[in-house]
Amino acid sequence: MEEIIKKYKGIIPDALLDEINSNSDQLNRKQLEEVLEKTKAAYEFAKIQPGEAIGIITAESFGEPGTQMILRTFHFAGVAELNVSLGLPRLIEIFDARKTIKTPSMEIHLKKECNNDVDKVKKIAAIIKQTRFQELVSEFSINLAKMQVEALLKKKKIREIGITPVTIIKILQETLKSCIVKSDGDKIILKTKVENSELTEIYKLKEKAKTVFIKGIKGVTHVLPVKRGNEFIILTAGTNLKKVLQIKEIDQIKTTSNDIFEIAKVLGIEAARQAVINETTNVIKDQGLEIDIRHIMFISDVLTISGVFKGITRSGVTGEKESVLARASFETPIKHIINAALSGEKDELNSVIENVILNQPVPVGTGLPDLVAKMKDEENEK
Amino acid sequence: MTDVYLDDKFIGTVDNANEFINTVKQERRKNKLSPAVNIFYNEASKEIFIDISKGRARRPLIIVENGQSKLTETHLTNLKAGKLKWSDLIKEGIIEYLDAAEEENTLVALSEEDLTQEHTHLEISPIIILGFITSLVPYANFGQSARLNRGSKTQKQGLGLYASNYLLRMDTDVSVLQYPQSPIVRSFLHDIGKYDKHPAGQNVTIAIMSYEGYNMSDSIILNKGSIQRGLARSFYFRPYTVEELRYQAGLSDEICIPDKEVKGYKSEKDYKYLEDDGIVYPEASLKTEDVVIGKTSPPRFLGELEEFSIAANIRRESSISLKQGEKGTVDIVLITENEEGNKLIRVRLREHRIPELGDKFASRHGQKGVIGAIINQEDMPFTASGIIPDVIFSPHSIPSRMTISHLIEMLAGKVGSLAGRYINGTTFDSEKEVDLRKELLKFGFRDNGTEKMYNGITGEEFKANIFVGNMYYLKLKHMVANKLHARAAGRIQLLTRQPIEGRSKGGGLRLGEMEKDCFVAHGASLLLKERFDSDKTIVHICESCGMFAIFDGFRSRKTCSKCGNNVEISAIELSYAFKLLLDELKALGIYPRLILKSKYEV
Repeated sequence: MEEIIKKYKGIIPDALLDEINSNSDQLNRKQLEEVLEKTKAAYEFAKIQPGEAIGIITAESFGEPGTQMILRTFHFAGVAELNVSLGLPRLIEIFDARKTIKTPSMEIHLKKECNNDVDKVKKIAAIIKQTRFQELVSEFSINLAKMQVEALLKKKKIREIGITPVTIIKILQETLKSCIVKSDGDKIILKTKVENSELTEIYKLKEKAKTVFIKGIKGVTHVLPVKRGNEFIILTAGTNLKKVLQIKEIDQIKTTSNDIFEIAKVLGIEAARQAVINETTNVIKDQGLEIDIRHIMFISDVLTISGVFKGITRSGVTGEKESVLARASFETPIKHIINAALSGEKDELNSVIENVILNQPVPVGTGLPDLVAKMKDEENEK
Repeated sequence: MTDVYLDDKFIGTVDNANEFINTVKQERRKNKLSPAVNIFYNEASKEIFIDISKGRARRPLIIVENGQSKLTETHLTNLKAGKLKWSDLIKEGIIEYLDAAEEENTLVALSEEDLTQEHTHLEISPIIILGFITSLVPYANFGQSARLNRGSKTQKQGLGLYASNYLLRMDTDVSVLQYPQSPIVRSFLHDIGKYDKHPAGQNVTIAIMSYEGYNMSDSIILNKGSIQRGLARSFYFRPYTVEELRYQAGLSDEICIPDKEVKGYKSEKDYKYLEDDGIVYPEASLKTEDVVIGKTSPPRFLGELEEFSIAANIRRESSISLKQGEKGTVDIVLITENEEGNKLIRVRLREHRIPELGDKFASRHGQKGVIGAIINQEDMPFTASGIIPDVIFSPHSIPSRMTISHLIEMLAGKVGSLAGRYINGTTFDSEKEVDLRKELLKFGFRDNGTEKMYNGITGEEFKANIFVGNMYYLKLKHMVANKLHARAAGRIQLLTRQPIEGRSKGGGLRLGEMEKDCFVAHGASLLLKERFDSDKTIVHICESCGMFAIFDGFRSRKTCSKCGNNVEISAIELSYAFKLLLDELKALGIYPRLILKSKYEV
């Protein structure tokens, strides 16, 4: 039995062979051979034939459902306050490889020990969320008599996130080196080191103090613990994958971000490819549409094949096409033609669009195979 | 202290704002101030704005004092008797016009029953929120607002009697409907607007059902018998104009039957409808390419007039003839003179348009569609009482559009045609559906408007009861005869040698970028090449310098103007547009080379 299966190794994919192998005890020899033969035929049938224009078929497979997509940008991820951009704009964002995306967010999964405990999850969420000084202050005021800024602290909030006013003063003093930070009961007093400073400077100090980073992970502006299935996960607005992955309680395997550039930087290009597949599938499913996974995989390969995440733009994948005419027919034709003329580029006319321009048969489908005539050797004839 | 502004310019202050405003309003109502004056009090900023400028949108309202409308029954009876006019009501201070600003200071009641002490004005009629054409849609308050928009849009495209002197007019691209009817289900604005004097549709019997699938996706099925009885027939008018222009050196165009010597003479057959003066005779039925007005023009360039030239006095043929696909009968011929004193001839062609596949129809509720099939009367479905619908309308057009008004009009139309009376379908103030149903029941029909129907082909009874009614249907001005277009070969552009664009010029149909992608996706490489062959040319390339060489067809000799005779020169096939691109690059100082490779070498 094993031998027969071994014969098909390399002909049928291993995953299929394993599946057949695990069920082979229900079959006799003849049946097994028949199953393998039929699997092989089905596999061969599913293969793409040489000369199939997969690029255009993929483009059309995205383009047709794209016309049905609603231009609705935002979608509330279950609960209010946190929204994620979806639909056609998000799809364009991915395929163009935008550096700054509209709604960066993370999906943080937790380790088994703590993903069922609401209090623990909330605690971790509080650690992750970035806190700036202004969020801890109920009232800022400028004392004109003493020329100083007075900030009234929110006691409850400070207790919630688990720090003391002393540490706040310490952090403030470290970041705002040009001023003196003092404590006065519930208040924190900020004063410039220079005496008799002007009002504008005090005002500037107040604005600067507001944005002082106190606690948490930079970039994560909102956190939202959500129950999904039978575990709690944390959704965030704003991403910082590198810092979040360093937290002990977090499941490093499942935690993801929707910023593909960040994934490529932190986890590598293969992870970015998978992220493109996941994000794209997500968008399409959300719209109630269906696109074959192979098209999505193909486009992800195109975007990441150079080792860097590149979009389908004139500065990305399209701009790196070999043919001058193909590049010129996409965007900014004059630029491409002039540069080609300056460096004396040669166009081999190997792709589709150039041959359409020249009215030659395009090298896909029936245009791909060539007849090779074998000329009789002249010497032999003599 | 309140600031007062006249047309946004500060003019002074008043101490008691309310008293001031009341005085202004009273004076206006007493007709001592112009009725065009509007005053607005902004209480928050303590400012009064008086506006007398042009271009403000204003609307009339009935004035209310102490919770009592100033418009009384006596006014109404006097209005009816013609003793009182609209302008009298304004003079007497019963109705006033408010602009958008002054409206902010008012409290307007929708109906007389709603009036309280606080109200300052009363709405004349709730239908005032709709425009005139939109008000013509019956039961509009039962329909979806978006459909109401479209409904009023399609009404403007409906064919009808657009002007009663249409026989004397020379309008371009107009149609006149034969046998237009006044609608059974109507609003009071049909009477006010004298709609019956210029109706734009016909009352038809309509069944909501599917029949043999020919009315899918908004298309409709028409009864051939109804068409033969004259349903939705129209006349299409198209004028042809020719002017006898005058040129330099005393030359001028001449309207005549062209001489055989004339350059570009067509053939005797083409001029057969022309009378001696070079113009067609009325009631001549013309077909494609027949000449309407014969004309010759002097040579285009004066140089051609040189004394010793053989072609000296040859004139050009410049007649007006019917274009591809056009036909019709000459309706009238008009000979006159224009402002410059040139002879001007206008010929109006009339074409009888009988409904055909693809003509566009619509109800008044934004339910438009084209004819999908015209079925013989004997094959149409019929009701138990033998009624055969004129139109079959698809049921799938109703749920997503939510045009309940369409259904109610059918019901109301049925009642109206059975009772022999007009039904008031005025928006917000119509006859109630419940009453219509009761009346329908009295006539012996089901109160929901459905009837048992039978298949006209097999005679079988349909399982479902079919909703049948009468409604006003419009034939829209979009007819296939004006849009149908196809071409095999024809005129090309001078520059690119590609086919020209547009139906009127007999242009080609573009196989666009996305269509091209379809060919590529199918791998139909050679089919794609063949489709884009319209501008192919054969050029000769010098294999040494890669540029175009010269091929002398007489002596069959190839030369390259740069490299001479002793080089390999090969002929290749290219699109002319690409040759043009290479030429333009050369003009820019870029040197494009074509490097050739043998097709048979591997």
